[in-house]
Amino acid sequence: MALTRNEPAPLFSPDTANTLRLIGYLALAIGLMVIDHRNDWLTRVRYAASAAVEPMYRLAALPSRVARSAGDAMSDRARLNARNAELERELLLAQARLNRLQSVREQNERLQQLLDAQRSLELGVQLARIIDVDTDPFRHRVVIDAGARQGVAIGEAVLDAHGVMGQIVEVLPDTATVMLITDPAHALPVKSERTGLRAIARGNGALDSLELSNIPISADIKPGDKLVTSGLGGHFPAGFPVGTVREIRNDASGMFALATVAPSAALDRSGEVLILHNLPDPVGPPAPAPAEGPPAPGAQTSDPDPVKRP
Amino acid sequence: MNRLRANDWLFWGSVLACYLLQLMPLPQALLPLKPWWLALVLMYWILEAPDYVSLGRAFVLGLVGDVLAGELLGEQALRLCVACFILMRFRARLRFFPMWQQALAALALLANDRIVLFAIRAVSGEAAVPASYWLAPLTGMIAWPWVFLLLDDARARARVRES
Repeated sequence: MALTRNEPAPLFSPDTANTLRLIGYLALAIGLMVIDHRNDWLTRVRYAASAAVEPMYRLAALPSRVARSAGDAMSDRARLNARNAELERELLLAQARLNRLQSVREQNERLQQLLDAQRSLELGVQLARIIDVDTDPFRHRVVIDAGARQGVAIGEAVLDAHGVMGQIVEVLPDTATVMLITDPAHALPVKSERTGLRAIARGNGALDSLELSNIPISADIKPGDKLVTSGLGGHFPAGFPVGTVREIRNDASGMFALATVAPSAALDRSGEVLILHNLPDPVGPPAPAPAEGPPAPGAQTSDPDPVKRP
Repeated sequence: MNRLRANDWLFWGSVLACYLLQLMPLPQALLPLKPWWLALVLMYWILEAPDYVSLGRAFVLGLVGDVLAGELLGEQALRLCVACFILMRFRARLRFFPMWQQALAALALLANDRIVLFAIRAVSGEAAVPASYWLAPLTGMIAWPWVFLLLDDARARARVRES
């Protein structure tokens, strides 16, 4: 300490002063945490500071991106060719399947018209890329490179090619944060594809498993059952794959069964994700006829290829 | 004056590098091992050039870390204040420890920080932490000598160039 103290008699000795200051700062920090916990200040601060936060994210993700593109550049021609051929085969297969489904879809539409069902099954989706930053290894969140300016809003579901990944919990102007379904704070309503049994799948902090708790012991569920979103609760649209039941055991109380589920989405770093724009139909009577006029700004701006679900 | 400026650059550069390292992605298996770089670097500055770090500055640096990480606002600020206070208290002793004892001190400091963080999470309602949660202080201990040598070397070079 090169500090020279010229004051004749300091009110506190340096040690006590330091302790007092520590207590002051600790109280300040605790106050901030309490306020933030209750009214979400951090989000607002982050939104205001996003001009600084987002470049930091991109800068931090740069090394891994460089490494990946270097890997792409280095990988030899034969392997790329093989991969290309494989993808073409898959595309062909998917195309064939799609063609078959097309006729089913037409039939479905016709039947729906007959039933006078107005519910549309078209999905407005948007492609986004995961920015490789890690904010906290013990919370399962990823940052994607689309934000408020691209029309992303809080609560929208995020999918990858294999299933549900999570939902948007925070939106900055050009990035957004996704809470993965394996986050300990996340839960989503699911149902068994085979039996229709409903349950809640909760994250348990491990990236490769979900938990179904409070299932009646007598319920018809067994390892290998596929789970899809049930659409109850209104956050996730119905019918998207969530995972496969891995094992079932009794929970600690012995009153209910507890199932472990392997999520079907590739949660550990998949490169690109789909953001689902239209939220599922609300429960209850149908909404009044849509108002004619210009669309709301920011809604459905970049929606290049709406995927149709048969 | 000039030397002070080089040191300034080094201080802010090291802090910025900490934020970037904190955000930098790692393979899934290595994630829990990521040490708390900011604390290690501030430990160096407290031991070697204490004028750079005051409790207030630690608080503000922690707040910036919170905004970047999107955690609870004030969480890192509190942890950093605690860590820096302990370091300032024991600075006179820690400075003259041999390297391995300093590394052990870093381990104790970071382990203490994990306990503080655990308490914060428990109060805010996220109790369950996996066992790997407690591994990060170990890598912090291993990283400490390298952080120390790197920063010390950079500082010595800056001094030589200016004199």
